Amino acid sequence: MVELLFFIYFATLTIVSSILTIGLRSPVYCSLALLSTLLHVAGLFVLLHAEFIAALQVIVYAGAVLVLYIFVIMLLDLKTAEKFLHKQVGIAIFFGVVLIFEILIGLFQSPLFSSAPETGPITEDTLGNTAQIGIALFTKYLLPFEIVGVILLGAVIGALVLAKKVPAR
Amino acid sequence: MIPLSYYVAVSTIMFVVGLVGVLIRKNFLIILFSIELMLNAANINLVAFSRHYGAIDGQVISLFIITVAAAEAAVGLAIIIVLFRRKAVTNVDELNLMKW
Repeated sequence: MVELLFFIYFATLTIVSSILTIGLRSPVYCSLALLSTLLHVAGLFVLLHAEFIAALQVIVYAGAVLVLYIFVIMLLDLKTAEKFLHKQVGIAIFFGVVLIFEILIGLFQSPLFSSAPETGPITEDTLGNTAQIGIALFTKYLLPFEIVGVILLGAVIGALVLAKKVPAR
Repeated sequence: MIPLSYYVAVSTIMFVVGLVGVLIRKNFLIILFSIELMLNAANINLVAFSRHYGAIDGQVISLFIITVAAAEAAVGLAIIIVLFRRKAVTNVDELNLMKW
């Protein structure tokens, strides 16, 4: 029961602040709404007993990525445009709502709805969540792990090359 | 124990909100925010199914998604800075240099 209450809180706040993220006018307010979204998603992860991913969400997303965004917003000194919405806003929202209801109706008619867990919750008596992820990461997913490292290297080099000052000609 | 479908419903709504955000906003930065929203929705889905099936794989893949999102943010922001330096706009409608 308490779990359900927490779920309702986190889910509602996630959805409301994600709508605020795309609906607010000023980019600074939008980034704060995104911060609230990310933190509440971390709460959902804790409810799912994924503590490591929740901590990663707070540290990497809320701590690093969002600070990067806010740095850029401050750096660019954005003027808040008077017309910040595209002219296709009505049709986009209409089809978005239709898409949500379509997927939800499909979801609640499927056997997935209120089905019990297949094998029960992840056993946490022997190993913690972080230890399990670590073992999977260094055995079964070793190659993707290395590839993600290369992707990060490429991102670092790409960002440096792009943002470097071009010498005046 | 909360049913899996509730989490899938939350992630569906969040994904569609991100999608609508990409379609309706003009600011380049907000479009990147919307992409982050969509990636987070995918993360919720992956972790919820990982819990449902009692397998750790979904959490490992959501870790990879977080990494790729960080890389995407770095490169996307570098592109925004370059664009802003050249043209001083962040409105995607005015960035039609490569338009056919």
